[in-house]
Amino acid sequence: MKLAYWPGCVSRGFTPELHGSMELVAPKLDLELVELDRANCCGAGVIAEHNQELVDTLNARTFAMAQDVEGAAGMMNICSTCQGAQSECQERLDADSAYREHINSNLDAEGLSYERDGTWWNKNFLWLVVEEIGLDTLREKVVRPLEGLRVAPFYGCYIVRPTRRLGFDEHPERNRYLDMLIEAVGGESVHYAGSHKCCGFPVITMARTTSLRQAGRHLADAIDAGADCVVTPCPLCHLNLDLQQPEAVKYVERDLGMPVLHLPQMVGLALGLEPDELGMDKHVVKTTDVQRKVAELAGA
Amino acid sequence: MAEAQDFTLKIRRFDPESGEQAHWQDFGVELDPDRSVLDGILQVKDREDASLAIRCSCRAAICGSCGVRINGKSALACNTRLSDAKQTAFNGAITVEPMGNMPVIKDLIVDMDAVHWKKIQRVVPWLLPEGEPPEREYIVPAEAMIDVTQSMACIQCGVCVSACLSLEVDPEFIGPAALAKAYRFVGDPRDDHTEERLRDLAEDPHGIYDCTHCFACIEVCPKDVAPMSQIMRLRRRATADFGIKDSNNGYGHEKGFVDIIEKWGTLHEAQLLPRSFGQGSAIRGQVAPDAVKQLLRDMPTALRGLRAGKITPKKALMHPKLPGQKNVRRIFEEVEGKKERLELNLYIVGDDGDQAEGAQAEGSGES
Repeated sequence: MKLAYWPGCVSRGFTPELHGSMELVAPKLDLELVELDRANCCGAGVIAEHNQELVDTLNARTFAMAQDVEGAAGMMNICSTCQGAQSECQERLDADSAYREHINSNLDAEGLSYERDGTWWNKNFLWLVVEEIGLDTLREKVVRPLEGLRVAPFYGCYIVRPTRRLGFDEHPERNRYLDMLIEAVGGESVHYAGSHKCCGFPVITMARTTSLRQAGRHLADAIDAGADCVVTPCPLCHLNLDLQQPEAVKYVERDLGMPVLHLPQMVGLALGLEPDELGMDKHVVKTTDVQRKVAELAGA
Repeated sequence: MAEAQDFTLKIRRFDPESGEQAHWQDFGVELDPDRSVLDGILQVKDREDASLAIRCSCRAAICGSCGVRINGKSALACNTRLSDAKQTAFNGAITVEPMGNMPVIKDLIVDMDAVHWKKIQRVVPWLLPEGEPPEREYIVPAEAMIDVTQSMACIQCGVCVSACLSLEVDPEFIGPAALAKAYRFVGDPRDDHTEERLRDLAEDPHGIYDCTHCFACIEVCPKDVAPMSQIMRLRRRATADFGIKDSNNGYGHEKGFVDIIEKWGTLHEAQLLPRSFGQGSAIRGQVAPDAVKQLLRDMPTALRGLRAGKITPKKALMHPKLPGQKNVRRIFEEVEGKKERLELNLYIVGDDGDQAEGAQAEGSGES
C-alpha cells in the first residue's frame, strides 16, 4: 500500500527513534511511504490557539500535498497530536465550501488546493493497521509473539477526543484499537486508570506541577496494574512519560522506572526487528527488562 | 415503542451517616431501551430502595441537575439512553457513580457549592459595564453577541468539571465551566473590563494556562459549549489582542512556538524552552534571571536526553529549514497581516453540507 507519509516534527526531533522504527516497520507491512518532506508542522494545538485561519491554511497545505501523491491510498501520520490537530482543521474545511475556497486561496501562490473528497483519509499508524491492513494480516506477519509481555496502552488525548470529530460514530472501536493491537501481536493489554487520560505535555512549560503530576500518576497506575511497559502512538506523550519521567518522580513522590515504547517499536519487535535497530537504547528510562523478555521469547 | 428490556445498574452508594464505606450495589431495572439512565435510577428508587439519593428535575437535559458518571464517562443521566449505556458497559452492568472532582454528599449527589459554584464566583460572572447604567436596557447589535452564544448555552450542570483532567491533579484549577463563563463576559461588547479579566486569568497559575488541552470537557458537555475552545479563545484574546505577557509563560510559549514554525516550518524543540521562558524571545530566555532560573531547572532533563542519544548537540543548536520554507513564511505573512482573524465556529454555522458561507470575524463585537 502506497501512502503519503507525514512523520511530524517530534519524531524527527527529540524522539528520532520513532521515525527510524517506522521506516523499518513499513516494508514489513508492505507499506510504501512517500514522505511529505515539504510539509509543515500541524500546529499541535498551539497555532490553533493563536489563529484559526493560519492553522487551517497550514494543514490544508499538507493535505493538498498528500492528495498530490500519485497512487497513494491516503495519508498516514505517526503522532496522536498530529491526528487530532489535523482532524480539527479537516472538519472545518469539509464543513463549509466557501470557507474551504477561502483557505485554498491562501495556497494559490503555491499551486496547491485541498479538495474535499469523502474517500480521502488521514490516519494515524494505529488506525491504519486496524482498518487498512487488518489485525488478521498483522497476526500472520508476527514472527515473535510478545507472549507474557504486559503492555499498558497510552492513547494520547488527541486521538480519542472529541469522538464525534474523530469518526468514532463510524468506528466505535477506535477507543480500544491500541488494546486490540497489543493483543494481536501476542502481548497482554493491561487495564489501568490512565490509558485515555492526558500525559500533561501541553502545559509542561506553563503549569509544571499539573503536567508532571499527570505523567507521574498514569505511570504509577500502570506500574500498580503490573505492566512491564507502556506503549503510545504519540511522541509528545512519549516526551512527558519517558524524557520527563525522572522529573515526574518528584511530583508523585515514588519510584517509577517504567519503560515507554513507541507504537512502531512494539510492532517492530513482534515483526522480528531487534531492539537496537528500533532505537530502544535511545530512551531515558532503560528498556533493558523489556529487551530481556523479548530475547527470552526469541530463545523459547 | 420498543419492548421493555432488563438492564443491570451498578450504582455507587455512600451514606456518611451510616458509618459504612462507599460500596457498589447492583439493581435490575426493566425499561424500554430508549429510556434514560435517569429513568432507570428513578425506577430503582420507586421499586427497590427509596433511600437512593440523586438530584434531578426536568428529565430533558435543560435543568442540568442529574450529572453522574456512567461507565466512567461524565454525563447527564437524563441525556443518556439505557441502550447506549449498555454498549459501553463492562461485563454487561451499567455503572453509575457520582461526578468526579467534587466531594460526595450522598450516593449520586455531589457538593456543587464546594467546587463548581465557588469557581464560577471566582471569574466575576456578571457584567461590568462602563459608567452608570443606562435608563433602559443596553442596546447591542445582535451580531455582536454571536461570539458568546456558545458559552451562553451552558446549563451549569458541572459535567465538564467532573471530567476535567487538570482538576484531577490540581484542585485549584479554575476549571472548564468557570472559564467558559469567563469568556461569556470577555466576549461581551458591553463589558468594560476585558483586559483586566484576561490579565487576571492569565496571571493566575491555576487559570487559562493550567488547561492541559485534553478535550475531556468538549467530549462530555451535553450542550456543546466546548469549554476548552472558550479557554483557547481567552488565550488568543490575551496574547493577540492585549499582548499580556503573563508570568506562567503562556504568552512566551505561544509566541515562541508560532515564531519557530514561521522561521523553520517544523518545530525546533531546543528553541522552544528559552523562547517560552523569555516571553517569546530566545535572547531574553537566555539572559533574563527568571528565564535562566527555569532553563537551569530543565538542564537535568536536557542532559538525560543527550545521554540517551535522543538529543545531540548539533540538533540542539541547528535545525534545518523546510525545503520551500518561503511558502510557509508567505502564508504566515499573508494571514497574520489581515485586519481581522477569521473563525469558522461549527457550533454557530453547523455543517451545512456545502451550502452557506459561515466564517466570520472573531470577536467582531469588540470594535
